[in-house]
Amino acid sequence: MLAYIPALPFLSFLVLSLAGRRLNKNTIAWMGAGSICAAAVITIILGIQFLHAPPVAGVYQQLLWQWFSTSNLSVSFSLRIDALSLVFIFIITFVGAIIHIYSTAFMRQDLDYARFFACMNLFVCAMLLLVMADNLVLLYLGWEGVGLCSYLLIGFWYQVPANSNAANKAFIVTRIGDTAMLIGLFLLFKELGTLDIAAILQQAPHHFAGGVSNITLIVLLLLAGGMGKSAQLPLQTWLPDAMAGPSPVSALIHAATMVTAGVYLIARMHVLFQLSPFAMSVTAVIGALTLLIAGCSAMVQTDIKRILAYSTISQIGYMFLALGVGAWSAAIFHFFTHAFFKALLFLAAGVVIEALHHEHSIFRMGGLKNKMPVVFYTFLAGAAALAALPLISAGFYSKDQILWYAWSATNSNPLLWTMALAGAFITALYSTRLILVVFWGDMKTPVNEYPTKAITVPLITLAVLSVTAGFIEWPHNLVHLTLFSDLIQKVLPAVVLKESLPAEAVFQLIAVAVTLLGVYTGYVLYYHNPAIIEQWKRSAGIMAIRNFLFRGWGFDQLYDAVLVKPFLFITRINKMDVFDRLYNGIAQVSLIFNRLLSGSQNGSLRWYIVGVLIGILFIITLQLIV
Amino acid sequence: MSSFNANTVLIVAAVLFVLGLIGVLTRKNIIFMLISVEVMLNAAGLAFVAAGSKWQQPDGQVMFLFILAMAAAEVSVALALVLQIYHQHKTMDVEDLKELRD
Repeated sequence: MLAYIPALPFLSFLVLSLAGRRLNKNTIAWMGAGSICAAAVITIILGIQFLHAPPVAGVYQQLLWQWFSTSNLSVSFSLRIDALSLVFIFIITFVGAIIHIYSTAFMRQDLDYARFFACMNLFVCAMLLLVMADNLVLLYLGWEGVGLCSYLLIGFWYQVPANSNAANKAFIVTRIGDTAMLIGLFLLFKELGTLDIAAILQQAPHHFAGGVSNITLIVLLLLAGGMGKSAQLPLQTWLPDAMAGPSPVSALIHAATMVTAGVYLIARMHVLFQLSPFAMSVTAVIGALTLLIAGCSAMVQTDIKRILAYSTISQIGYMFLALGVGAWSAAIFHFFTHAFFKALLFLAAGVVIEALHHEHSIFRMGGLKNKMPVVFYTFLAGAAALAALPLISAGFYSKDQILWYAWSATNSNPLLWTMALAGAFITALYSTRLILVVFWGDMKTPVNEYPTKAITVPLITLAVLSVTAGFIEWPHNLVHLTLFSDLIQKVLPAVVLKESLPAEAVFQLIAVAVTLLGVYTGYVLYYHNPAIIEQWKRSAGIMAIRNFLFRGWGFDQLYDAVLVKPFLFITRINKMDVFDRLYNGIAQVSLIFNRLLSGSQNGSLRWYIVGVLIGILFIITLQLIV
Repeated sequence: MSSFNANTVLIVAAVLFVLGLIGVLTRKNIIFMLISVEVMLNAAGLAFVAAGSKWQQPDGQVMFLFILAMAAAEVSVALALVLQIYHQHKTMDVEDLKELRD
């Protein structure tokens, strides 16, 4: 039964990629979206079964076949579902189904309709393999698969060179993380002799208990892999450019699923991470730094999708921060709510862009509040969840949990809490900015198209979820309802809190106050008193800071100067290709010899007679000597 | 027939052979090359006769008859080929027949 969940999208991918051109658009839509919807239905059935009648050891397992088996290593293609992967599978299939239904209408005019759904289905299959994998090799297969599909889908409109450049950039940057992760897998195999996840989690505490030094290196390498896929510092430069792909791609891959693969990896390998407190601290610090850097960059962007991209980087920074301080279920809960509201924001942004005829800059939008009410209200729900407005949005519950644990977990630091709080302020600020600039004010570009039902129904569904999904997990001092962490704590350990803590309510009130302050600041700057911004624009210092933030803190320029330019320099001086010349030289020498020897075949009869004569003399001489 | 030195005749035959060889190598006209080959054949025949004379047996002179017959046959075939060469290439210069090369 487990195998059907990734198998249905894979079958659909095969049919669409091989025979897609001959099918008509309705068939493609039914097949492409229908396979994911079927997988979602199976997941929901499986989930209900899991919750009502939990299986033995809390795990569903299915061995499909033996992939390969050598003397030391035996890898099987087997699937394993426990509470953690169930949450991920639910999000992947459910949000994936919603996005596919949306894209049946969104991508309708495109000529490559079949290719789009083929790639999207392959992506869903690969991501499902990643989270359902029983062993790290199968996980790595899924990991590479999602990287491939991300490349294919970012460069979907490959006729425009900028899009394929963005796809290349995404693939190359995540490759760095992937290579680090592969080295980590090699080291792990060398230490433990197995790549089966359950066996690793069981054997690791005994094996590494004596302070074996390799564990920190292994964990840091796995973390590097997660950093690449999840676009954290320093490998975050690919995600803003990845917005060159269509909006459903950004919603599915770069908001809800692929970029959370790193979060899944860290959560799944939590035993290894717990064995190395240094790596946990590194994770938390990277999460905190990323969320600030990305948040600041998001504040000054003008492209609507770039704002959301930096926002995604920032929110995943929150998840990494939670993982780093040991608040495992809080991180997964934030992933859960983030998937809903970020996918919603990307889908709604896609509608807005299409409606205004491919207008990406928010400062050329405006006044859409009354013209597109459905889009406005759903976007508002998503932005409220992003800003974590108290009590009415799902984002509040998860972000509040992370903020609380950032202060109270034993592994945490007040500095991390301060950074997370500053991030919350910035998030609220840019969310408000986004809403006010896009939907209020004068209409600068007229609306050309209005969305159809296939587009608005998914938006409304996600908006409802963005508001209500948080209700399954309340803070401890308000209501005793913790359904989500109860589920996750079957697999992941509970967070370890410090000894003496101040009241949780104090921190909640601080967080709420900071969020509302951010919203108020955005309101003042962009609605109430726009003259402040005009005044800032005239100050050279502030504009310099603004340009620095706009360029994503200059990481692209840094990598260009440090990595790209030396590489191009080396290739330029090696233009004649020294190594190739060596091999060419060998061929040249044999050609020279050939020319020399073929000179002896000149067709002259007398020449040949001389040759015979010399041969005879040679033989006679030999006879006389010997 | 008794006091004659077979070595002297052999040396004469050798010199004749070398002269014929030089003729083959240095001449460009096909007819002259054939004549030089005839000279070489005759030199070989002289060597045979000298050897037969040395051992007082008629085999040397019989061999010379063989050589003569073979030379005649070979010349007839060779002249037929030379006629063919002249018909096709309108030249008797062996240096012009160089098409069998790289």
